[in-house]
Amino acid sequence: MNDLQRPLPAQATGPATRQAPGPAPAFWQMRGITKRYGGVLALDGVDFACRQGSIHAVLGENGAGKSTLIKIAAGVVAPTAGTLSLEGRTVRFGGPQDAQAEGIVCIFQELSLLPDLSVADNICMTAPPGRFGFIDARAQRRRAEELLARVGCAEVNPLERVKNLPLSRRQMVEIAKALDRRPRLLILDEATSALTAADVEKVYGILRALRQEGLAILYISHRMHEIEQLADTCSVFRNGRHIETFAKGSKSDNEIVRLMIGREYTQVYPPKPTRAAPPTPALAVKRLSWGSRLKDVSLTVGKGEIVGLGGLDGQGQRELLLALFGVLRGVGGTVEIEGRPVKLRSPGTAKAPRHGMALIPEDRKSEGLLLPMSVRDNISMASIGRFTRGLFIDRRRQDARIDEMIRRLAIKIGDPGDPVATLSGGNQQKVVIAKWLMTEARIILLNDPTRGIDVGTKQEIYQLLRGLADAGAAILFYTTDYDELIGCCDRVSIMYAGGIKRALTGPDITEENIVASALNIDLKAGA
Amino acid sequence: MSAPSGTLADWRLRLGQSQGALIAVAVFLAMFSLYIANHPAGLTVPVVTTAANKAVLLALVAMAQTLPVLTGGLDLSVGMVFVMTNCLASTIVSGEPWQVALGIVAVLLAGAAAGFVNGAIVVYGRLQPIITTLATGAIYYGIALLLRPVPGGDVDPDLADFMTYTVFGETVPTALVLLLAVVILIWLPFRNSVVGRGCYAVGSSEGAAYMSGVAIGRSRLAAYTLAGLLAGVAGLMLTFVTFSGEASAPIGGTYTLNSIAAVVIGGTSLYGGAGGAIGSIFGAFILRTIDDLLFVFDLPPLWQPLFQGVVLLGAVSLGAARVFRVKNRLELFN
Amino acid sequence: MQGLMQAGLKSIDRPVAVAFGFIVVLLLAGSLYSSSFLSANYLLQQLQVAAFLGLISSGVMLVILLGHIDLSIPWLVTVGGMMSTAAAGWWGPEWAIPFGVFCGVVFGLVNGLGVAILRVPSMIFTLGINAVAQGVMVLHTGGFAPQDSATPLMRWLAVERTLLGIPNAVFIWALLGVAIVVMLKKTPLGRYIYAIGNKEGATYLSGVNTRLVIVTCFVLSGMCSALAGVLLAGYSSKGYQAMGDPYLLPAIAAVVLGGTHILGGRGSYLGTVAGVILISLLASILSVMQMPEAGRQIIYGCVIVGMLLVYGRGQRVVG
Repeated sequence: MNDLQRPLPAQATGPATRQAPGPAPAFWQMRGITKRYGGVLALDGVDFACRQGSIHAVLGENGAGKSTLIKIAAGVVAPTAGTLSLEGRTVRFGGPQDAQAEGIVCIFQELSLLPDLSVADNICMTAPPGRFGFIDARAQRRRAEELLARVGCAEVNPLERVKNLPLSRRQMVEIAKALDRRPRLLILDEATSALTAADVEKVYGILRALRQEGLAILYISHRMHEIEQLADTCSVFRNGRHIETFAKGSKSDNEIVRLMIGREYTQVYPPKPTRAAPPTPALAVKRLSWGSRLKDVSLTVGKGEIVGLGGLDGQGQRELLLALFGVLRGVGGTVEIEGRPVKLRSPGTAKAPRHGMALIPEDRKSEGLLLPMSVRDNISMASIGRFTRGLFIDRRRQDARIDEMIRRLAIKIGDPGDPVATLSGGNQQKVVIAKWLMTEARIILLNDPTRGIDVGTKQEIYQLLRGLADAGAAILFYTTDYDELIGCCDRVSIMYAGGIKRALTGPDITEENIVASALNIDLKAGA
Repeated sequence: MSAPSGTLADWRLRLGQSQGALIAVAVFLAMFSLYIANHPAGLTVPVVTTAANKAVLLALVAMAQTLPVLTGGLDLSVGMVFVMTNCLASTIVSGEPWQVALGIVAVLLAGAAAGFVNGAIVVYGRLQPIITTLATGAIYYGIALLLRPVPGGDVDPDLADFMTYTVFGETVPTALVLLLAVVILIWLPFRNSVVGRGCYAVGSSEGAAYMSGVAIGRSRLAAYTLAGLLAGVAGLMLTFVTFSGEASAPIGGTYTLNSIAAVVIGGTSLYGGAGGAIGSIFGAFILRTIDDLLFVFDLPPLWQPLFQGVVLLGAVSLGAARVFRVKNRLELFN
Repeated sequence: MQGLMQAGLKSIDRPVAVAFGFIVVLLLAGSLYSSSFLSANYLLQQLQVAAFLGLISSGVMLVILLGHIDLSIPWLVTVGGMMSTAAAGWWGPEWAIPFGVFCGVVFGLVNGLGVAILRVPSMIFTLGINAVAQGVMVLHTGGFAPQDSATPLMRWLAVERTLLGIPNAVFIWALLGVAIVVMLKKTPLGRYIYAIGNKEGATYLSGVNTRLVIVTCFVLSGMCSALAGVLLAGYSSKGYQAMGDPYLLPAIAAVVLGGTHILGGRGSYLGTVAGVILISLLASILSVMQMPEAGRQIIYGCVIVGMLLVYGRGQRVVG
């Protein structure tokens, strides 16, 4: 394991006290924490504590308050009411640097790395070695190399600019940077979402080692299997309230989910239709290639089918969807829509009625929505051309359709004129989907549409997609969640290194096959 | 094991990262050689000194512009601070040696103060740099007019002669030595300081910089203040070159425009976070040499402004146009 | 939710309200200085001079809404003035105005192509075009002041008052203004302009032809600047070198003071109108007070910074 261990903090507790909620005062305590954003109550009188030498998982739907909780702990925002205490001592943070000075370090979902600066600069950004305000470049480089080795990324050159590293490496640099701060409380917010499987294992190893050293670790994730692997204790949040805290293994998955969404939850996925004959192809992709990122990709999506794209992050799925939507230049191969070869040079061409394509993009905040603009403006953005009379927009007809769409998708808003930034994540995603339904698209591409969305909205989206398919749409659906691939899709294509590794249909769509293909393993038949 | 072959890989990385500046150096050397080759007098002291004096003026203003650009901002008042400090210098940098020394200090402080005002409005007032510096530029121009309603004034003749001629026995123009001194005493220490690196961080990603505990306000303020200081150095030098002060709006405007062009040509990104003052210096040298080349190749004077404009446009377009390198159109939008 | 919506409305209305408020203050201050300040004649004269700035600001506003900026205003105004008078000399008076405006359109088109297709940041590309336009004008005039004079039509449009004693220039501004307001509020182009100003990437992914919108706005900006130049030439009976230089800062300041966000995506034309009137009034008061140029520049700058500090401040950076 690590031979670069730091000396243990003075108050470290050994493994023995890890499990019991014993009489010792909690290392980190939040009492009566309330946070209000304007009229929205993000946290409501929350009491929360975590111990040293443990990995404490925090679970909850989007909007449950997890993000706010850790932002308060990390000093990024201040609570409206309530107290924070560290080792029994009340603390107040004016900003992230105050929290970091106390040893509370947070690794956020949106990385805090500066893309144009070097790895070494990034790792030692907060308190670089040096005197009189100058930076000792050599000492900084040495420290960076140490930390990179500690996270198992010794091959990364500290002088390399962060933006030239792949996403997975960047996340590891982020972790190295957090370790440089010598944390006593380490908070990870969806920190493994961008990692390769190998790196995920490294992170587990690091976290377990840190737990051994006596760190308190807060771990937020939507991935149940991660939590099962790592956590000692779990806390469930719902609607800004701390619902329950329990030791690992004391509750079943179903019970946990019920705690999270607060209601009984039976069917997860809508039923898939059985087909007599193969459906007519709506979209046919033949030997698509693009630079080094897409190689000879061929697949078809039939009318009424939901085809899933699977595989590890970064194998070309995003590029494939962008290429189909006309965003990439220099794409080789053929794309046929309803049997006719087409050349799609821009999203404008792709969405045109004769092609009828739509793309729900990866990052709704920067690619799917115009956050300061109203819900109405956002929903209408892709279909304004359909509601014109001469030069002008027919507002009445457009607004009627928008209201209808809001009802159909059950989007929870105050008023359609509200800025879309005020909506929760799930509702924001519904706005993006509504925007494209307004164009009456016949081929719908989705890039990980349920990432970071609460369980309830996910369900609604699955129902919606199946409904659209049953009405004749062809759906190509990339997701990182293999549960969804199994539950939603009629057929699944797993991508690896820019090509389709394997296409699965019917009973072959199993977790085993999906994971194996994703990892480029050929399972023996019948194994 | 550690990263492949230590220093070799390091140098390759470093060279790759300074590509923009290195190209600027190469282009400048090529153009300057062309100029000297075609000049009737050739590589003589007067030719080189005159070229150096003019080039260093723009180089200093370009260095000044580089700092706010690194933070992702811009300083449209830099030309006016240049003019204002020129007018101030023509008023107070003369007389007894102690008066001259004090005058120089005052001029530099005035430049720094102007920069500080810019920075304070941007940081504490939270106004956008473009409109802020557009407005403060008017203020500094007004002050220049107050100091010098008509062109005139004076400056210590011995010092002026010294600064505009050569040292080391008629080999190196003093202007270049001044530039080198500024680079060594101001730019390099700044770049290696926490505050300086903070500027790069802020330009790269302000949100991430905040999360990383970078002192954003302090870095920005330092960038704008230093920009004012460097513009003040340039204004002082202008006084030595012209022996007078003139509150000229066209000169201020031209220097601002050219400083931005020099920054772009020198490889610094207008979006912030990457680049440096050394590239801007050579960007400035290139722009000046273009002017000189036009003169040497006997381009009719009527055509010169058009030619300069087209070349400027072409140079910044080449430097900044990203469209040809990008294969994913989504990357064109930031 | 309600609170946020009201805050959103306030963020548009407040600058406009403040701008109009300041206009009232200026009018009162001016009337203290001279009794004829509030007379109808004087006010109409102010509006007439404001109309030139108003035309330029209208075009620039569109570009700023996109999140770009047009720094080629000074010499595109001059191009309008000089090319229109020149055309009258070459081909006859009926060609003056169309040709002047056409030259503005051409330069605007080049601006648009450079920004939208080559993706050069608009700040430096338009600065470069400004220099090129200057070069073309120097070539055209041979370095001397141009001798061509304005056509009677140009003079009539710029100087005369017809309907209700309101200057024709104001009518032209009003017509342009109405067209722009209608375009921004009721046409797809208007919606796309705000969207691109908010986030061009998301707008592009919604299937909007963002390049066409950008080119269109730069063409309109060039057209407005040139039109203002044509009218200015009519006002002075001829074009002259650097006639557009005094208009750059005021035009941008008027747009920003009117509540349009300098980074784009937000702003109303009414605000721009308020900003234009405000700046023109300020300039005129300073000239009535016979304030020397130095003082005028300083006050100008201070007023702009001061007003922006009141309502133009940005958000604090949080995670």
